[in-house]
Amino acid sequence: MRITCPVCGERDRREFHYKGDAVALNRPDPDAGDAAWDDYIHTRDNPAGETRDLWYHETGCAAWIVVTRNTVSHEVLDTRLASDVVRGAGKRGGGVRK
Amino acid sequence: MRFSGLRVIKEGLTGNRGWTPHWRDATPKDAYDVVIIGGGGHGLATAYYLARNHGITNVAVLEKGYLGGGNVGRNTTIVRANYFLPGNSEFYSHSLKLWEGLEQDLNYNVMHSQRGQIALFHNDAQRDAAIRRGNAIRNQGDDADLLTPDDLRRVLPYLDYEQTRFPIYGGLLQRRAGTARHDAVAWGFARGASDRGVDLIQNCEVTGIDIDAGKVRGVQTTRGAIRAGKVAIVVAGRSSQVAAMAGMRLPIESHVLQAFVTEGLKPCIDHVVSFGMGHFYISQSDKGGLVFGGDLDFHASYAARGNLPMAEHVMEAGMTLMPMIGKAKLLRSWGGIMDMTPDGSPIIDRTDVDGLYFNGGWCYGGFKAVPGSGYSMAHLVATGRHHEPAARFRLDRFLTGRGLMDEEGTGAQHNLH
Repeated sequence: MRITCPVCGERDRREFHYKGDAVALNRPDPDAGDAAWDDYIHTRDNPAGETRDLWYHETGCAAWIVVTRNTVSHEVLDTRLASDVVRGAGKRGGGVRK
Repeated sequence: MRFSGLRVIKEGLTGNRGWTPHWRDATPKDAYDVVIIGGGGHGLATAYYLARNHGITNVAVLEKGYLGGGNVGRNTTIVRANYFLPGNSEFYSHSLKLWEGLEQDLNYNVMHSQRGQIALFHNDAQRDAAIRRGNAIRNQGDDADLLTPDDLRRVLPYLDYEQTRFPIYGGLLQRRAGTARHDAVAWGFARGASDRGVDLIQNCEVTGIDIDAGKVRGVQTTRGAIRAGKVAIVVAGRSSQVAAMAGMRLPIESHVLQAFVTEGLKPCIDHVVSFGMGHFYISQSDKGGLVFGGDLDFHASYAARGNLPMAEHVMEAGMTLMPMIGKAKLLRSWGGIMDMTPDGSPIIDRTDVDGLYFNGGWCYGGFKAVPGSGYSMAHLVATGRHHEPAARFRLDRFLTGRGLMDEEGTGAQHNLH
């Protein structure tokens, strides 16, 4: 599996650390309640197919990247800087859709 | 048909014409008392113990592929009971006791071999942890022995003791641990369940779960609708998809775990040996192949095949530990779909839907759990009460934080186990 870093280009999977589902971008308010926090920390859609998860370009540029990929085929479909996704759905370029 | 030594000799002398299929390939009826979704090790064991322990035989096991085609057919076959935390400790202890009587109970040769498992350690801190774990195992009533490097050199002469990076300080031995023939375990439970009247239905994929007024009524399948008083979800890596049919979301992320086997060699590795450097564990099958595995690839995956970086890492670990295996040729590698929970421990529990039960989250440790899991799951489905050894495998432990079983002590979060 190779991942295209929006900053560095296509790199070996070994350069990246996997954080998990991109749900981590939707952190609840501190007082959102137990159910919301349980859902955020533990519960996952865990799809067999297209998913969106967070990777850290650990031995590269240290960017956090939202990777859209297929969990059945391991195909990487899209990568965007997490900061861009948070600011407004990747409007500042950097999106690499194959 | 009962198996015995006498029968083998008789069949051998008469052209092996008396052997019959080990189970009935059933067609689905309209309704059952219990429908078990998933014909893997845990599902088949659940069906067997429902019939054997509780007399519930109007049961169907629905399998979308073929029996035993999932993780029970693709693991590294290790059976042990060397867990540390209350909850896991008593459960795996119970499961190992079931293993020890399993062949007689099933009248089926699962080639259970208590050859001993040795978990190596490589520094003072790991030795302290091994001693603590060993004491916990002994407190549970199981066996654990601490081996010094001198002890180890006698039983594992082929390890690289002289290395400077991961010097071998000793090992924790569990003599009652070992291996079993994984496919035979699925087949043995299938035969035992089928003989008692359970319908084993293959090529039957569940496409929906019927729920009415908070109670489960049955399932929709590719072979028609089936009514059921109770439904048990026992589908390991596919847990999230099947649970979604009942409107549930689970604390599970499915990952790929790889395993490897070499060409057949003469006997050289007599035990199960695990390397404390990371995740590497190896044993030798009765055919002679060295069977070994490593850690997860560490990203969510349903591919049932892994990536080369982890394959390379596992080979490096093997070569570091026992350089002699470098000349063996690798025959195959494969991957399984691991239903990982945040704390690395499993779930056997009822759900919010009346009559719907869930068994899953076995992470990468499901094989040794097969008899215990089936036993405890059958108890829960039949009586509605948790079976004592599995009473802590609750679904709500993540919400409440009570009873988390984080065996590795890394935190109850995804991507840490």
